[in-house]
Amino acid sequence: MELKEKLVSSFMAFEDTVDVHSSIHDIRTEAIKTFEEEGFPSKRLEDWKYTSLNSILKHDYSVFPKHENDIEFKDVKKYFIHDIDAYKIIFIDGKYASHLSQTTHDGLDVCLMSAALTKPKYKVIIDNYFNKIAAKNGISSLNTAFSYEGAYINIPKNKVVEKPIQIIHFSTGNEAAVMLQPRNLIVVNENAHVQIIERHQSLTDNPVLTNSVTEIFTNKRAIVDYYKIQNDRQSASLIDNTFVNQKQESLAKVHTFSFGGKLIRNNLNFYQNGERIDSTMKGITIIGDKQHVDHNTLVHHIEPNCESHQDYKGIFDDNSTGVFNGKVVVEKEAQKTNAFQANNNVLMSDKASINTKPQLEIFADDVKCSHGCTIGQLDESAMFYLRSRGIPEKEARALLMFAFSNNVLDSVKIPEIKNRITKIIANKLGVNIGFDL
Amino acid sequence: MSKYTEDDLREELKTKEYEYGFYTDIESDTFPNGLNEEIVIAISKKKEEPEWMTAWRLEAFKIWKEMEEPDWANVNYEKPDFQAISYYSAPNSKPKYDSIDEVDPELLATFEKLGISLDEQKKLAGVAMDVVVDSVSVATTFKKTLGEKGIIFMSMSEAIKEHPELVKKHLGTVVPQKDNFYAALNSAVFSDGSFCYIPKGVRCPMELSTYFRINQAGTGQFERTLVVADEGSYVSYLEGCTAPSRDENQLHAAVVELIAMEDAEIKYSTVQNWYPGNAEGKGGVFNFVTKRGLCEKNAKISWTQVETGSAVTWKYPSCILKGDNSVGEFYSIAVTNNYQQADTGTKMIHLGKNTKSTIISKGISAGHSQNSYRGLVQINSRAENARNFSQCDSLLMGNECGAHTFPYIEAKNKSAMIEHEATTSKIGEDQIFYCNQRGIDTEKAIALIVNGFSKEVLNKLPMEFAVEAQKLLEISLEGSVG
Repeated sequence: MELKEKLVSSFMAFEDTVDVHSSIHDIRTEAIKTFEEEGFPSKRLEDWKYTSLNSILKHDYSVFPKHENDIEFKDVKKYFIHDIDAYKIIFIDGKYASHLSQTTHDGLDVCLMSAALTKPKYKVIIDNYFNKIAAKNGISSLNTAFSYEGAYINIPKNKVVEKPIQIIHFSTGNEAAVMLQPRNLIVVNENAHVQIIERHQSLTDNPVLTNSVTEIFTNKRAIVDYYKIQNDRQSASLIDNTFVNQKQESLAKVHTFSFGGKLIRNNLNFYQNGERIDSTMKGITIIGDKQHVDHNTLVHHIEPNCESHQDYKGIFDDNSTGVFNGKVVVEKEAQKTNAFQANNNVLMSDKASINTKPQLEIFADDVKCSHGCTIGQLDESAMFYLRSRGIPEKEARALLMFAFSNNVLDSVKIPEIKNRITKIIANKLGVNIGFDL
Repeated sequence: MSKYTEDDLREELKTKEYEYGFYTDIESDTFPNGLNEEIVIAISKKKEEPEWMTAWRLEAFKIWKEMEEPDWANVNYEKPDFQAISYYSAPNSKPKYDSIDEVDPELLATFEKLGISLDEQKKLAGVAMDVVVDSVSVATTFKKTLGEKGIIFMSMSEAIKEHPELVKKHLGTVVPQKDNFYAALNSAVFSDGSFCYIPKGVRCPMELSTYFRINQAGTGQFERTLVVADEGSYVSYLEGCTAPSRDENQLHAAVVELIAMEDAEIKYSTVQNWYPGNAEGKGGVFNFVTKRGLCEKNAKISWTQVETGSAVTWKYPSCILKGDNSVGEFYSIAVTNNYQQADTGTKMIHLGKNTKSTIISKGISAGHSQNSYRGLVQINSRAENARNFSQCDSLLMGNECGAHTFPYIEAKNKSAMIEHEATTSKIGEDQIFYCNQRGIDTEKAIALIVNGFSKEVLNKLPMEFAVEAQKLLEISLEGSVG
């Protein structure tokens, strides 16, 4: 049975057993209809021109994995940013793992989507925010139809969250193949600040497909700092759909670090509904083998005096493929917009390829918009300089690559994350240097 | 060169008038509306074409019937009804007006600004006038010079008759019949066009132009151009003219094929100023053109275009850099005003080693217009050391218009060096103020700034075109900023 039919029929079979607010039932039912009509995206769609899902859809994924929480913290400690104190929301095979987590209701809500979708006290917020900005296309609707578990974060007015929140999804490989559909809702109210780290990690080599949807609302003057660490095994694929709705003077930053996984598709969408908003999205992609990473970004400038900054660096080795499709839309009313987009890539092998499409659609005249995009190699003279000073070729190459991606790391606010990322990069490039020279 | 002023141009245009003849066809017949196999055969017969040509057209028609009209471009328009068009009409011999007083005064004012002489104005507007006898001799001189060098430059229908082997060998090799919807339509029904062949090692001594090609005024709405530059040759080819043409044909679907063999160079410049519709966006020409060039080893093709006319423009002059060390260039200015829409750009397909391409695109949108740049840079896996530089800048005037960029970059070789940058901006108030302060009125100041903005492209145009094109930019944007 094809995955699409399997998903639709299992939805029909289990929908009545799911206990959520009745309005959520309607949303879920509506969404499965959309998915049934549109199905998984194909390469014929302009947005998916360079990414084919065929290779990852062929597995027989189990949609409702069994509940088995036999992981100990010491087994998975290395996947945490463990040297800092943090709130933790941990899932194993899509189910909440309370023994690994640290949630709170004390002054702020860091808890579960399933609680928010069932308990009456959250109903107002769910009615106001849930599924309000997620796209109504096939792939996001599929997640909406199965939305039940995930992280629910609500930061009240003027609250500066003192420690970051880590959201980690583990998959154990107890099933031959598993499909996970986490759904996160993050509401950051006026003047509130929060830092969030998200990671998906598979613990064995059984195939995993994650189709995640995250909705983030930043209200007036709120600040959200979001880090996505994507360093999964070669058997795991991820389709990440993130939607950020910003109100006036808010600041949202999303850093995406893509090093692992078989196929990663990041759909990152920002909607600026207010004046003087700042949106920043940065990314480092270092992949090899037959990996495929696709960054699809959208910034929708709707009101005047806003800014957006995009900076994506990519290093592609072996048979890997990179895609960058960045779209900036500036509406007629959005005068005095400053939108910048940069995408720099290095191809390390003749079999690697990169497809990039930085796109601008501008309807306002008093704007400063630019995009730059380069594809090139490491500077031979810089290589020579390093080698003439006794640095071996491999290390020299790694140093240059690190320098190439360094300005993305500059804006990372949590030093522990910076350290972790530099370690991953060193590991990825096969060298044993700290880069903190 | 820098001392060449408008007055010189006006002077030159006055003396130049002899170069233009007036083409009078005794026969004036038009085919019934609609398109079917019989019409295709009839067109072919009418042009007394050999059998292979008729078969070629029919094949194209068969392909066209199976195809669907594309709609991916960033333009909105009412799709033409292909059965409501007459596919053959001999150039209309009857003058549209009996005297210059009947001509639209707006049009005359534009002529005045372009510095076009009265006689020429009459001709361009379609006013009856006497044939300039001298033109015959001019034509002969041209033909003689070209003939001595072995250059063939004639209409496509003549070429099919006189040089069938050349046409047969090259026609459709760069843009095959099945390439796209409009190329297929053009292949089936093309009325005429130009054919140009430069023999080995010959440097064409003059700018070849359809404008200069005496007695071939009406090329019709389905134009087919084929330029073949044999090994080591050079040619510069001009198409179109700066004077506004009130063409009644709504749909223009031309095909241009360039073939640059080893070490050859082709420079193809276009100025397009077809009727863009009125200020409310009614009427106007649809310009759907397929232009493509093929570069063999060490060859170079350079496209330069200035697009100011047409209600809808949809074209991508492209280069296939097949041979090693070949070079492709694309320089474009696209101006849209009122309700015009343009979706234009280029494709650079790098196949050979050490291939190089440059793209400079300047889009200027004013009024309610939409201007899109759409380009593809593709580096294939065997294209070692390919190099591309692209720059697309947009200038917006007024807050009702839009500027869009859709660059596609695909690299499959690690030695590729690709740079792409795009900017969008408007004319700064400080710039205008600076000019005003020095006694330059706002309208002139805008013209000055626009000229500066598009300088990189204007510089690539042949001299006589460049000056006219500059004026044309000015006129196209007139009244766009209050």
